Amino acid sequence: MIDVLVIGGGNAALCAALMAREAGASVLLLEAAPKAWRGGNSQHTRNLRCMHDAPQDVLVEAYPEEEFWQDLLKVTGGITNEHLARLVIRESSTCRDWMRKHGVNFQPPLSGALHVARTNAFFMGGGKALVNAYYRSAEALGVQIRYDAPVDSLELDNGRFVAARIGDERITARSCVLAAGGFESNREWLREAWGQNERGEWPADNFLIRGTRFNTGVLLKFMIDAGADTIGDPSQSHCVAIDARAPLYDGGICTRIDCVSLGVVVNREAQRFYDEGEDFWPKRYAIWGRLTAMQPGQIAYSIIDAKAIGRFMPPVFPGVQADTLPELARKLGLDEAQFMRTLSDYNAACRVGTFDHTKLDDCHTEGVQPAKTHWARPLDTAPYYGYALRPGITFTYLGLKVDDTAAVRFNDQPSDNLFVAGEMMAGNVLGKGYTAGVGMSIGTAFGRIAGTRAAASALAQRNTGAQREAA
Amino acid sequence: MKQLEALVHQARETLPPATATTSQMARNGINASATMTEQPVQWHAKGTAITPAALSDDETEVARVMQICNACRYCEGFCAVFPAMTRRLEFGKADINYLANLCHNCGACLHACQYAPPHEFAVNVPQAMAKVRVQTYSDYAWPSALGKLYKKNGLTLSIAAAGALALFLVLTVAITGGLLHEPLAGNFYAIFPHNTLALMFGLVFVFAIIALGIGVTRFWRDVSPGTASGAAVAEATHDALRLKYLDGGHGKGCNNADDAFTLLRRRFHHLTFYGFMLCFAATSVATLYHYAFGWEAPYPYFSLPVLLGTVGGIGLLIGPAGLLWLNLRRHPLQGDAAQKPMDRGFIALLFLTSLTGLLLLALRETSAMGLFLAIHLGVVMALFLTLPYGKFAHGIYRCASLLKWSIEKRQPDNLKLGSD
Repeated sequence: MIDVLVIGGGNAALCAALMAREAGASVLLLEAAPKAWRGGNSQHTRNLRCMHDAPQDVLVEAYPEEEFWQDLLKVTGGITNEHLARLVIRESSTCRDWMRKHGVNFQPPLSGALHVARTNAFFMGGGKALVNAYYRSAEALGVQIRYDAPVDSLELDNGRFVAARIGDERITARSCVLAAGGFESNREWLREAWGQNERGEWPADNFLIRGTRFNTGVLLKFMIDAGADTIGDPSQSHCVAIDARAPLYDGGICTRIDCVSLGVVVNREAQRFYDEGEDFWPKRYAIWGRLTAMQPGQIAYSIIDAKAIGRFMPPVFPGVQADTLPELARKLGLDEAQFMRTLSDYNAACRVGTFDHTKLDDCHTEGVQPAKTHWARPLDTAPYYGYALRPGITFTYLGLKVDDTAAVRFNDQPSDNLFVAGEMMAGNVLGKGYTAGVGMSIGTAFGRIAGTRAAASALAQRNTGAQREAA
Repeated sequence: MKQLEALVHQARETLPPATATTSQMARNGINASATMTEQPVQWHAKGTAITPAALSDDETEVARVMQICNACRYCEGFCAVFPAMTRRLEFGKADINYLANLCHNCGACLHACQYAPPHEFAVNVPQAMAKVRVQTYSDYAWPSALGKLYKKNGLTLSIAAAGALALFLVLTVAITGGLLHEPLAGNFYAIFPHNTLALMFGLVFVFAIIALGIGVTRFWRDVSPGTASGAAVAEATHDALRLKYLDGGHGKGCNNADDAFTLLRRRFHHLTFYGFMLCFAATSVATLYHYAFGWEAPYPYFSLPVLLGTVGGIGLLIGPAGLLWLNLRRHPLQGDAAQKPMDRGFIALLFLTSLTGLLLLALRETSAMGLFLAIHLGVVMALFLTLPYGKFAHGIYRCASLLKWSIEKRQPDNLKLGSD
């Protein structure tokens, strides 16, 4: 019998498998995806949020525990667990040497991401390079890996793991780590979680998934039905506004639209609905998915003029271009008269001071609702561009409740051989909101904890078994 | 900056007003303002009219891929292609040719890519770049008509090799009356007079230099790199001689068969290149001995030309053999399969050059010297004949692109993409 069974194939699963193997356990890892799509959402990530008290290789200055904690507290609005959050934070300050040992390369921040040079360590080549490195290391250490192996159910005995099932196949192990991701690619579940709105729409039907197509939440659903303790709200997710032309799944980083704060955003009725200049875009991009989800048809249009060109990260698809605003409205399929009213009102309300996109400048509107509080400049310079936006879900927050042992709990009692890591439990730390790179911090910390605990559990069982035989 | 603006205006004026629609003008306005913030890119007119958008299918694919990469940028640490890309918002023909030749086909960005096949974006930077690269060599070739030789390079190489071999074998028979002869104590010139050889190879070599020189000059003008500072030249030289961009950015090397990194390609390339240079040095020293000092071959085994040639020859045996082995094992998505005959043909010629050279050295005192001399000269002639129209061109265009990058990175980057 195998010692540790790891279900999942992303960062948390790999961290667990590597730690368990290093602890001397035999490990089998089951990845639902084929090899070409392995790695779950980790293949779309690019960095790790790291605590550090002094400059560390690619990280500049310091990012102390308390500051990291305060950042997390702020983005989650307090929906977090301080004990677990601080565990993740402290772990993030020491895990990188171990990551390097397994082949992960770090690099200074990417161009256009200098604002996180202090807080985030970037993976050279991004998350897929990290995933590749971990798989290579796991193979070299003798971890058995199976692709195309989607586990559909578990055999549990009073809170203890007995076996996993893939169709008719039954795989037993002494202990198990669940790291199979959230349910963002389960359309039915998303539909149910978001429900029907007052317009009679099912908003989730119009969502795009930035993350992996393989996170259908089969195992999460199974565990919830099996009575495992859960945490989080099923409608909470990392949800950003992305290009409406993005692929249905696996759109990843490049589908984002970064020009919102440089122009205005209107909905299908050609009306503005939120302060586009509320704060720096990196601090606001994660709310625009939800904002767009609230609009009729779950669609919005980011409108900019020629002044914005060269001031934001280039989008993956070219914008719809027009020489006049009415032409742009027609090309976007918006009501021209209403669009012109909205734009004229906005343009007339702009109080332009000294435009500076690198700080919260004094360009703002007066007498228009909603106000645009920074970077407000009239849209008056042709050509004009429009980008249609849709909500893009990166990952979901509903998960299994854990303590610092990463053990799955039933009626508040921890299982002694079933553990959980990654997206399946990130909601313990991240009840809502997001800050760059924290998903990987949680996955790495709890993946390593779960792997260590699972190995210890399996090896203890082996010893007990041996003792029993000896006696 | 004034100079840049002038160039932008010039670029605008070169647009034929009769054919440019309003939206084209507008688009080029964006293009111009984008290039204004970095550095001037001249749109080169090949053929008839100046049409900035006249991209080939392969170039269009690079432009498509770069648009995706520019929105992602995860690969920025691997090599120079991606930092060069981030200085642009749009990709015209000249930019594409430059980036394609800057790419070393290391494969790192293919294996790290979340958008690589089977993703519907099907991003494959090394392959897209490779396809444009060979097109660059052919487009810029001089004389233009011979540019076609790149397209069927396996055939080109075979014909050159067979023809050159036949030539020297027939000459040997004509001169010595047969392929075997009485031992001549290693005196090559008893069969082929020195001046004849010097003239034949000298002419072919000079032609190769001129043809490649003209080609790369055209390429250089098109990518309009600005003025090279000493520091830029030193850096580009360093990057070329060390093969900096085959180290993966992290020093572990590039990809070959799979996502694992290896330094073998870099090392085998070093053996090949420096082996070739040592053989070249051997020939140069021998030529100097002959004309300046009147010391005629054969030279003793421990003379400078023979030592240089032997050491270089061994490098030029191991290097190409290793490169061929890596080429055969390379991941099918990495690079352009259609160019394998060109790559392998060139590698084989280099290998045969050193193999026949070393054999000739070993057998120079036997009656087979004439035969091996003819074979060696045939192979070397084939190598020289195909230098300007085969894989050798990659070194020339790569160096030009590296120098351009070293110049460009020292220019201010005025794109303000700080919002991310």
